[in-house]
Amino acid sequence: MTIDYQIDDPENANLPHPNGHGPLGADMERRDGRDKVTGAARYAAEHAPDGLLHGVLKRASGMGTVCLTNVQEVEALAGVRLVLQDERMIRNAAQGTAGEAPVQGVDTADYIGQPVALVVADSSEIARDAANLLKVQSVGDDLPVLPKHGETDPDMQENSVTGKPQDAFDKAPVLVDATYTTPSLTSAAMEPHAAVAEWDGDRLTLYGSLQMLRYNRAELADCLGIEPDQVRLRAPFVGGGFGSKLGISADCVAAALAARALGRPVRVVQHRRQVFEVNTRRSETRQRIRLASHSDGRLTAIGHEGRVSNLPGEEFAEPLLQASYFNYAAPHRLLRSEMVRLNRPAAGSVRAPGAAVGVTAFEIAMDELAQKTDVDPVELRLRNLPDKEPGNGRPFSSHRLADCLTEGRDRFGWSDRAAQPRQRREGEWWIGTGMAAAVRVNLVMDAEARVRLTPEGRAVVETDMTDIGTGSYTILGQIAAEALGLTVADVDVTLGDTDLPPGSGSGGSVGAASTGTAVWLACAEIRRDIAARMGRKPEDLELEGGDVIVGNDRRPLMDLLSGETLSGHGKLAPGEALEKVRQATWGAVFAEVAVNDITGEARVRRMQGTFAIGRVLNQRTARSQAQGGMVWGLGLALTEAMVHDARDGHVVNRDLAEYNVPVHADVPYLDVCLLDDQDE
Amino acid sequence: MRPFDYQRPAAPEAACQGMSASPHAAYIGGGTNLIDLMKLGVMAPDLLVDVNRLGFDTIKDLDDGVEIGATVRNSDLADDPRIRVRWPVLSRALLAGASAQLRNKATTAGNLLQRTRCPYFQDIDVPCNKRKPGSGCAALGGELRNHAILGTSEHCVAAHPSDMAVAMQALDAQVVIRDADGQTRTMGLDHFYRTPGDTPHIETRLNPADLITGVRLPAPLGDRQVYRKVRDRASYAFALVSAAAVMQLKEGRIEYAAIAFGGLGTQPWRDPKVDALLTGARPSEALFEKAGDVLLRSAELREGLEFKKPLAHRVLKAVLTEATQ
Ligand SMILES: Cc1cc2nc3c(=O)[nH]c(=O)nc-3n(C[C@H](O)[C@H](O)[C@H](O)COP(=O)(O)OP(=O)(O)OC[C@H]3O[C@@H](n4cnc5c(N)ncnc54)[C@H](O)[C@@H]3O)c2cc1C
Ligand code: SF4
Repeated sequence: MTIDYQIDDPENANLPHPNGHGPLGADMERRDGRDKVTGAARYAAEHAPDGLLHGVLKRASGMGTVCLTNVQEVEALAGVRLVLQDERMIRNAAQGTAGEAPVQGVDTADYIGQPVALVVADSSEIARDAANLLKVQSVGDDLPVLPKHGETDPDMQENSVTGKPQDAFDKAPVLVDATYTTPSLTSAAMEPHAAVAEWDGDRLTLYGSLQMLRYNRAELADCLGIEPDQVRLRAPFVGGGFGSKLGISADCVAAALAARALGRPVRVVQHRRQVFEVNTRRSETRQRIRLASHSDGRLTAIGHEGRVSNLPGEEFAEPLLQASYFNYAAPHRLLRSEMVRLNRPAAGSVRAPGAAVGVTAFEIAMDELAQKTDVDPVELRLRNLPDKEPGNGRPFSSHRLADCLTEGRDRFGWSDRAAQPRQRREGEWWIGTGMAAAVRVNLVMDAEARVRLTPEGRAVVETDMTDIGTGSYTILGQIAAEALGLTVADVDVTLGDTDLPPGSGSGGSVGAASTGTAVWLACAEIRRDIAARMGRKPEDLELEGGDVIVGNDRRPLMDLLSGETLSGHGKLAPGEALEKVRQATWGAVFAEVAVNDITGEARVRRMQGTFAIGRVLNQRTARSQAQGGMVWGLGLALTEAMVHDARDGHVVNRDLAEYNVPVHADVPYLDVCLLDDQDE
Repeated sequence: MRPFDYQRPAAPEAACQGMSASPHAAYIGGGTNLIDLMKLGVMAPDLLVDVNRLGFDTIKDLDDGVEIGATVRNSDLADDPRIRVRWPVLSRALLAGASAQLRNKATTAGNLLQRTRCPYFQDIDVPCNKRKPGSGCAALGGELRNHAILGTSEHCVAAHPSDMAVAMQALDAQVVIRDADGQTRTMGLDHFYRTPGDTPHIETRLNPADLITGVRLPAPLGDRQVYRKVRDRASYAFALVSAAAVMQLKEGRIEYAAIAFGGLGTQPWRDPKVDALLTGARPSEALFEKAGDVLLRSAELREGLEFKKPLAHRVLKAVLTEATQ
């Protein structure tokens, strides 16, 4: 039996609720933390089946039709097994949740850095050198690589007008009209993309570094022209993804094809430099933001017009405007975005797609408005909060932005600040403060999970959900322990294997809510079974400390099981609730920043973030996520930029020495406050 | 694979002999630069001669200075009490470079000889005169940021990336070299590097099998020592601009001035005209401005590098102000 649950209503009253003193919400360390720091956790590339061969991807150094001119010579090198150029190989990674093959065929290079072949050899050193020796010629016309040269794609426009924004801009007592640009950005996960592929007859097992296995399996099967059930993906540990591992990448397909061709397992690890160009980047953006307001800062109109880019044919557009539909109230609204087609590495989801750059630019414009109207920046935001979603009147499932703003303001000590620029100086450093609201749409996705309760009274949670460093192993264990009255130590969690029920995968911040709910549902089914065995209704049942309690009757769960295993299967579907209410997560971030008067160097001195993210399943892992988000925000604002060569678009800074993610010295004390919020 | 031999001799003779055996041999110190470049296919030595067991791993007292062994680790050098007290500019420069892990491995000689961080140099798919003489320079007309504005040519605009060498340049360091015949000579660091001209692949005045055995620091001529580095993040980034100042003041005048720069030149940069202008003068804002004008009089500001001129000006002024306060 399966408990099928579709969230059609904002109220999910008929589900069991946590009782508040179980393990759910506790401050718990990651269950896999020790294995990770001691090296016991094995990542994709660390799997080494017998007879393993090593593949290295060869990149295109020009665009157009690709010709490999010395394949025979390279294949004749000692230790080289194969130079593979197969029409099923992919040019760039699949987009998140695509579930189908991305562009295939590597006899054409759409961008510089695109994989065009795989060289397989007895060792990775041999393969790497042979790949260096392989000569690639590309013939083709110059293709556009700069936004000013790219063509606008008429099919990829977003255009939403409410009221008469232009009139409002024209008549506005106060108008901010500013244009911002942001550079390409990359996910920069620690673990490079890697795949180890092995065939057993016509069944493939692939260890990969992937975020969303249920979709990845379909993508890989589609690439290879086989059925999804012939593919088993395993990704028990993933060293960060940040969007770059949502879809399968070139390593997976190439490894699978080579392993098939050679009848031996093949490992393909992307070189760090390839990670920067083969996987999706965040598009560079240009954003024009117009804010029309009364003299007291109350908005009458907002305009957010963006331009993003992607490779021809790619359907992903950086969703710049996502939050601008509902962040602030204003009767007149103009939201537009256009896509230019460029032959740069493909664009896709990177760390909070849309919001990271869209909300940031919008919030900067809000600051300009605060300056112009002489209204305190926090107050300005408070004045403009909508009580329903603007434009369509949809209610918010919960709206805690005001609480985040005021709580954060107090914790940071905002009122002590000097409101005007250049008021505080320490030596060579000007000290300033700033704040921004943080808004992100909230989603849930299809997810399934199985839970078994063994005769020994242990629970086993099984789903293909991944843990990409976020803490899935820990929180899913907490959820099952909570639901079944066990301790977390009594729960085993097995993840990252497509032989298990398909979870949501990790991406778009859906994992905890979606797969977590599926686990809860599976446990609810077990509770129903237990209740039936006792001849009671599930709601009369209490499970605690390994015991079953009904009224005055308390007995050990194990007695009740009498040697049997109970099993539950939970299945969650998003349903209509997403349409009925606007769901979002809210936050406010405050920063104190020092800018050097001599050199212009900017260093953050402290940050405070207050967030309403729904129910906190684990204080520690949730806090860690929030801190990570703040660090990425810091990088976005101050240190990170992918540099494209203006002549051919190739990524110039393709390693972690030259692509500047913040290092420890850049990251100050980060105070995080999580508001307790239960968004039903 | 490109096979290469590896030797770890116990005496300098054997090391030089090993090197002479192949035109494509290379010494290896910490390997933090060479190994990376080998993996990228940028360098392809057929023999690595490891210099770590040659006994050059100590800092010896000289009459009034020190001789730093070629394989003394950057972290040990920075921590040495003698260096911290008498040559603090060197300690500070070292600690401003790379990361703790890299400094634990990196050697004195290797640091002097580390290659440029020009991204086009590291990318074997594009032309580079330094990597492949005569192939062209992909950086020209490309994305310039960590490149040089002083000493450049139409063949190469790569900057020397070292922090340590900048401080040593200001300290009148002498490189101690043992040649293939076992003769030892010393060469001032100011004479050690070559500007690129039309042979950017030849970076120093070393002969092929020359082994660096150490670096001598004479007694410091100034007790006012400052190192300042501007970079794109707070740590673990190469200098956009850096400056080392060694100065002595007497009765309100600058008695001695030696100023060197990183991030600006094709080599750790020192301009005798800047030092001469300062020497004997009274510190003043006008003087420091003038020093900047002299330093940058022939700066080539290619697209993307325009920012370096005002930045260098301001950094120089700040460093001189700090050193003369
Ligand atoms: C990510 C990263 C960041 C960095 N950041 C900085 C920074 O901010 N500032 C900075 O200054 N440096 C920085 N570095 C560079 C670092 O300082 C150098 O890599 C290091 O100093 C090189 O020393 P090594 O002993 O490892 O040299 P090796 O790699 O061993 O050798 C370098 C060169 O020197 C030659 N060589 C070595 N020893 C001798 C000898 N005794 N005689 C003759 N030739 C010899 C070798 O043949 C080779 O050509 C960084 C490096 C990395 C990887
Ligand atoms: S600047 Fe010098 S190192 Fe860089 S590409 Fe040009 S020649 Fe090569």
